[in-house]
Amino acid sequence: MSESIISIRNVTKTFGAVRAVNDVSIDIQANEFFALLGPSGCGKTTLLRMIAGFTNPSAGQILIDGQDMVAVPPNKRPVNMVFQSYAVFPHMSVEQNVAYGLQVVGTPAAEISTRVANALERVGLDELRTRMPGQLSGGQRQRVALARALVKQPKVLLLDEPLSALDAKLREQMQFELSQLQQDVGVTFIIVTHDQDEALSMADRIAVMQDGNVDQIAEPGALYEKPANRFVADFIGKVNLFDGEVSGTQAGKLTVETAVLGKVHLTHDGEAQHQVCLAIRPEKIRISKTKPDVEGHITTRGRITDWAYYGDCSHMFVETENATQSGAVRLGVVIQNDTRDAVDALDIGDDVHLFWSPDDMLVLND
Amino acid sequence: MGVFKRASQGPLDYHRRLWLRLYVGLTFLAIYAPIITLIIFSFNDSRRNIVWRGFTTKYYWKAWNNDSLFEAFVNSLTIASVSTIVSTILGTMVALLLWRFRFPLKSAYEGLMALPIVVPEICMGVAMLAFFSRVTGFPTGWIWPFNLSAITAAHIAFSFPFVAIVVRSRLAGFNRELEEASKDLGASEWQTFWKVIFPFMKPGVIAGALLAFTLSLDDFVVTFFTSGPDTLTFPVKVYSMVRFSVTPEVNAASTVLVAITIIVTIIAMRFQSPEKMARG
Repeated sequence: MSESIISIRNVTKTFGAVRAVNDVSIDIQANEFFALLGPSGCGKTTLLRMIAGFTNPSAGQILIDGQDMVAVPPNKRPVNMVFQSYAVFPHMSVEQNVAYGLQVVGTPAAEISTRVANALERVGLDELRTRMPGQLSGGQRQRVALARALVKQPKVLLLDEPLSALDAKLREQMQFELSQLQQDVGVTFIIVTHDQDEALSMADRIAVMQDGNVDQIAEPGALYEKPANRFVADFIGKVNLFDGEVSGTQAGKLTVETAVLGKVHLTHDGEAQHQVCLAIRPEKIRISKTKPDVEGHITTRGRITDWAYYGDCSHMFVETENATQSGAVRLGVVIQNDTRDAVDALDIGDDVHLFWSPDDMLVLND
Repeated sequence: MGVFKRASQGPLDYHRRLWLRLYVGLTFLAIYAPIITLIIFSFNDSRRNIVWRGFTTKYYWKAWNNDSLFEAFVNSLTIASVSTIVSTILGTMVALLLWRFRFPLKSAYEGLMALPIVVPEICMGVAMLAFFSRVTGFPTGWIWPFNLSAITAAHIAFSFPFVAIVVRSRLAGFNRELEEASKDLGASEWQTFWKVIFPFMKPGVIAGALLAFTLSLDDFVVTFFTSGPDTLTFPVKVYSMVRFSVTPEVNAASTVLVAITIIVTIIAMRFQSPEKMARG
């Protein structure tokens, strides 16, 4: 693909015997907001640092705008980074910090002052331009780091866990601001995060990584509703998983034998191994005190054992009745508190019926 | 009973306990009483300087007009200045090397580098004496200030490890992402060093330099072994004066040395203070 701004081709990075990144290939389009998502140690930061040039791949190629970057040092690459610690120079004022990247490459003073002023205005720091970093809050320091990177007019902006050090409220606000900023400046953003909410809410596309491998690259909706495997389903959001054996297949239909749910008939096109895993998201499970009058749904019974109230919704665990020898199975269920008396309708210890449509259930291979 | 109970004495309020205050007071007395006596008696109007006979500053003038004492003082300042400059540069470079690079036998090198701090000064003095008389033919007969080069070299040898340690501990708090950020923004290795790393190190470098200065100015043992008849430093000269008699002139001269040392030490501590560290 010629239009991709960044092309990662079969990149591998080994540290001693450890494969931090294992044969990863990703193409990122211009103006895309791309997220590298995964648990810590999955290789996402290493991959980002290879794009920035702080680490070289052991094998493979990284192309930025069609140019091979492997031999290019970080100060010559058309990318800029917002560091996890923000790395704002402590001995320089806000203005000097933002001007630094232009000064070191010999930009004329007049151009520096207009560009710095524009960048500071864009991130809303124009009134704090003479402050020292020690006098700024964490959120303000992050804005300095953003302005400092954007003033360089990079082709790609790299963000390493940019929101992890902020408190919940500010994090939510910054999520919107970052998306807004990305649309305004029209620069490709690549963000590294371990927080699925961050990735889902901001990114156009997400690559989910695990142990140095990319498990799936997809848009947020597809990632949540059609995860490629058990790891992705489990990592993105909450999920109830049932191990089962395929006992029958016919044109688009699948019969799976599970310990908890018994025989389940599902529509499924595509490959299915003999051993599969069935998944249902907690919010797709319906709950009722009386036996539901539904045709073709998957049903089970159980007792509510745990309850967590979140205001807009409630999370609960239901221990199923037909537990096997391996012990009781606990299913997570999320209900929306969409009426004011919803909170009193159910309580711990209540016997309930659970049911959901087989169409909402996923068949996952390991 | 309640009458004697003092209000809210916390478990860590040691400074409120009388015995502890006494102990601290006595310790300070033992340390500072001789120095304070020395300073007081530098203003004593008496040649024998045993009994107080009235206030005067004439012995300061006398010390000032004592040519050989003044020459020793100039020698000391010259040695201290050169030694400070060289050991600061050398010590800073060593600190950078140890902070920045990994190389074989690094820990052995680090230990060797710190050796002048732990080797008894007397051993170092004797070793220097042997070294300079054998190897270089003892350059005390050269023209001023080159006749001081042996002493200066000896001072550099024991001062630069102190500089290296101070700078290194400063560098330990450096966020490596600052360096990466600088390069990411387009700066070269050289620009990154002077614009990002050096400003961060600066308080450590200045503190190390001041430390090296006081070490050199004060040093007696090593200097004694490396100085010749024409290359007396201030402490060595004071010692030779004391051998004849303890006049207020000696007190006056020593007071000046104490004052210089205290001022430089205070400046050094200012540069190393926690607020400065945090801000830097």
